[in-house]
Amino acid sequence: MYRYDDFDRQLVQERTEQFREQVKRRLAGDITEEQFRPLRLMNGVYLQLHAYMLRVAIPYGTLRADQLRQLGMIARKYDKGYGHFTTRQNIQYNWPKLDEIPDALLDLANVEMHAIQTSGNCIRNTTTDQYAGAAADEIEDPRPYCELIRQWSTFHPEFTYLPRKFKIAVTGSPNDRAAVKVHDIGLRMHQNDAGETGFEVIVGGGLGRTPFVGKTVRDFIGKNDLFSYLEAILRVYNRFGRRDNKYKARIKILVHELGVEEVRRLVEEEWEQIKDGSLRVGDEEIAHYIAQFAPPAFEDLSDDDADFERHKAENRGFFNWVRSNVVAHKQPGYAIANVSLKPIGGIPGDATDTQMELVADLSEKYSFGDVRVTHEQNLVLPHVKKADLFALWTALDAAGLGTANLGYVTDIISCPGLDYCALATARSIPLSQRISERFGDLERQHDIGELKIKISGCINACGHHHVGHIGILGLDKRGKEFYQITLGGDASQDASIGKIAGAGFSEAEVVDAIESLVTKYIEIRESGERFIDTYRRVGMDPFKEVLYGDR
Amino acid sequence: MAIVKNDSVIEQEWITVDAEGDLPSSDENLIVPLARFKEERDSLLGRNGGLGVQLNPGDAPEDLADDLDRLSIITVNFPAYTDGRGYSYGRVLRERMGFKGELRAIGDVLRDQILYMHRCGFDSYELNVDGETALTKVRAALKEMTVYYQPTGDGRVTAQSLRERRRAALDQKAS
Ligand code: HEM
Ligand code: SF4
Repeated sequence: MYRYDDFDRQLVQERTEQFREQVKRRLAGDITEEQFRPLRLMNGVYLQLHAYMLRVAIPYGTLRADQLRQLGMIARKYDKGYGHFTTRQNIQYNWPKLDEIPDALLDLANVEMHAIQTSGNCIRNTTTDQYAGAAADEIEDPRPYCELIRQWSTFHPEFTYLPRKFKIAVTGSPNDRAAVKVHDIGLRMHQNDAGETGFEVIVGGGLGRTPFVGKTVRDFIGKNDLFSYLEAILRVYNRFGRRDNKYKARIKILVHELGVEEVRRLVEEEWEQIKDGSLRVGDEEIAHYIAQFAPPAFEDLSDDDADFERHKAENRGFFNWVRSNVVAHKQPGYAIANVSLKPIGGIPGDATDTQMELVADLSEKYSFGDVRVTHEQNLVLPHVKKADLFALWTALDAAGLGTANLGYVTDIISCPGLDYCALATARSIPLSQRISERFGDLERQHDIGELKIKISGCINACGHHHVGHIGILGLDKRGKEFYQITLGGDASQDASIGKIAGAGFSEAEVVDAIESLVTKYIEIRESGERFIDTYRRVGMDPFKEVLYGDR
Repeated sequence: MAIVKNDSVIEQEWITVDAEGDLPSSDENLIVPLARFKEERDSLLGRNGGLGVQLNPGDAPEDLADDLDRLSIITVNFPAYTDGRGYSYGRVLRERMGFKGELRAIGDVLRDQILYMHRCGFDSYELNVDGETALTKVRAALKEMTVYYQPTGDGRVTAQSLRERRRAALDQKAS
């Protein structure tokens, strides 16, 4: 895993000191809240409904055990004993006190973490596949490139006051688990005809009030050229992106208004002039970063483990957990274990201080001290011996972390919504809890199969509702919450934006509405079809019918 | 209002005119907006005083390609600190077009942006405060950070090249 060197460390330290000074000036009344706002936002500090909120970056979703332990400690020391893992591979603390935030940032800096660029109109935390370096279907570990992007984008002098925020996601696998097509830039690793590995560059995806699936500006860019190419895209966006209306300021609007051909022409023209410059990264440097993400010291194991099979046969709970939460690893005898943060009826993505510490301990015991955070708001222990899975699950389960529901209908993405968020038009967490309870029965969930429900508490779509197989958007109608349902969204390599089914539902009706959709799907599905497959085959009408009848 | 350049407060030696209106006498130093420069180029170049151009957001610095060596100063307007187009103009002017004259940031120029401006090629800053305060701010801003990840044309050594040097030195020691 990447370790800071003295340069990285110094940069974060200087930043921490700088912010401490700024907070001091604010608390002394030397600067107004208005003047303080841009400074705090650059350091991930928001002002929410009830309190300040601190958003901490987890670059490319990778944590070491000591870092996760520290996140737990921070939850206890500065918050009410929990943190919220978000769709951006970040963690948010909802209750820190302003005068203590500099100390929290120092505690983070001590484990090589920070809150830099988790807000503001700059290049945000780069996200990637949570199974990076472990997945059986991976072409290459994307994280060396993510780390290079992290450094390139951190305090980029030219791109800190962009028209709007800018999000980059990378996948090293053809099965996209990082939703790269709904980011400002999505990078999909693949091989060209010459057998070289590089990236397809997808631009202008996004959610929010005008969702778009991104478009390919370049089918293949080699690794050495990736960074100058990103710089070219950002320069075109910085110069030509709209600034007259913040709802039209994302690069997706530029791509939509100019057309992808014109954006491609501008980018290529810009790139032509900088491609041989100092951003061209040599093979040696890339190799240096690849080495930092070298696989851990796997043992040579057979892929079959008799004890593992026996435990599965003897213990129903374990069997169920393996069935949903354990994923194939590229190394024989190892597996990827998902830790669900979606207990039935719980708050999606929340973890307590002690849960974080426990997962940190377990990662040291069973997964080379490596933990991942997923954009679906779960945790992952990426490198677990099959022989250790049973012991791992037993420990997780005892701490309420053994829920066997990955990818199921109760594995819901939900934004904070009106419980915390100043922009919300409706609550989202309580709705996710009620849906989770309604579908709590495990065999029923398993029978339903993969079904991604995603809930946002307003049109900003932080909860990814546009790309939920079933998406739910909370709105406000004359002081009453109501919920609009979209169907057919998908964040994977087959990305699509969901379509609005019709009029919204009241808070009292919406869970029944979801259930009627699921029942209809069960009734009409063909063998092997997921909800999304059935929807794609039959279209909106049969589902509309159960929602609205003749209405 | 004060202008800081090369670690000192300098006098305002330029008269800036807008898109229309009369020009001052021929030997005054004059800054005109890009649009006006394009329209009245020949007569402007024929004046006796110094000539500069002001770029506003949306302008293309490329329009000055043929005339850069005739311009002593280019001012880049940041009407609000959040409008970051001027950073790109700075880099394009310096790194691509090779502009050697004074590059001045004007408008909503605040302490927390000055380091970024400097990294993008600016060498003077017009701040809306008195001279002493301006100088203090610019000095503090320019030394607030000492680690730089991105190569730009500002001559600062990046973390990456320091790493490479160190690695090379270690290799040499080892061999
Ligand atoms: C709690 C306070 C939050 C505020 C004030 C906030 C604000 C916003 C706004 C204004 C947008 C719309 C941006 C646009 O369309 O240009 C947005 C989009 C988004 N936010 Fe949040 N958000 C919050 C929480 C979160 C959380 C908890 C996450 C998960 C980490 C998140 C992730 C996203 C994502 C994924 C999008 C949509 C993708 C995109 O187009 O950028 N936000 N947010
Ligand atoms: S979707 Fe809306 S309610 Fe939910 S976190 Fe984002 S801004 Fe807040």
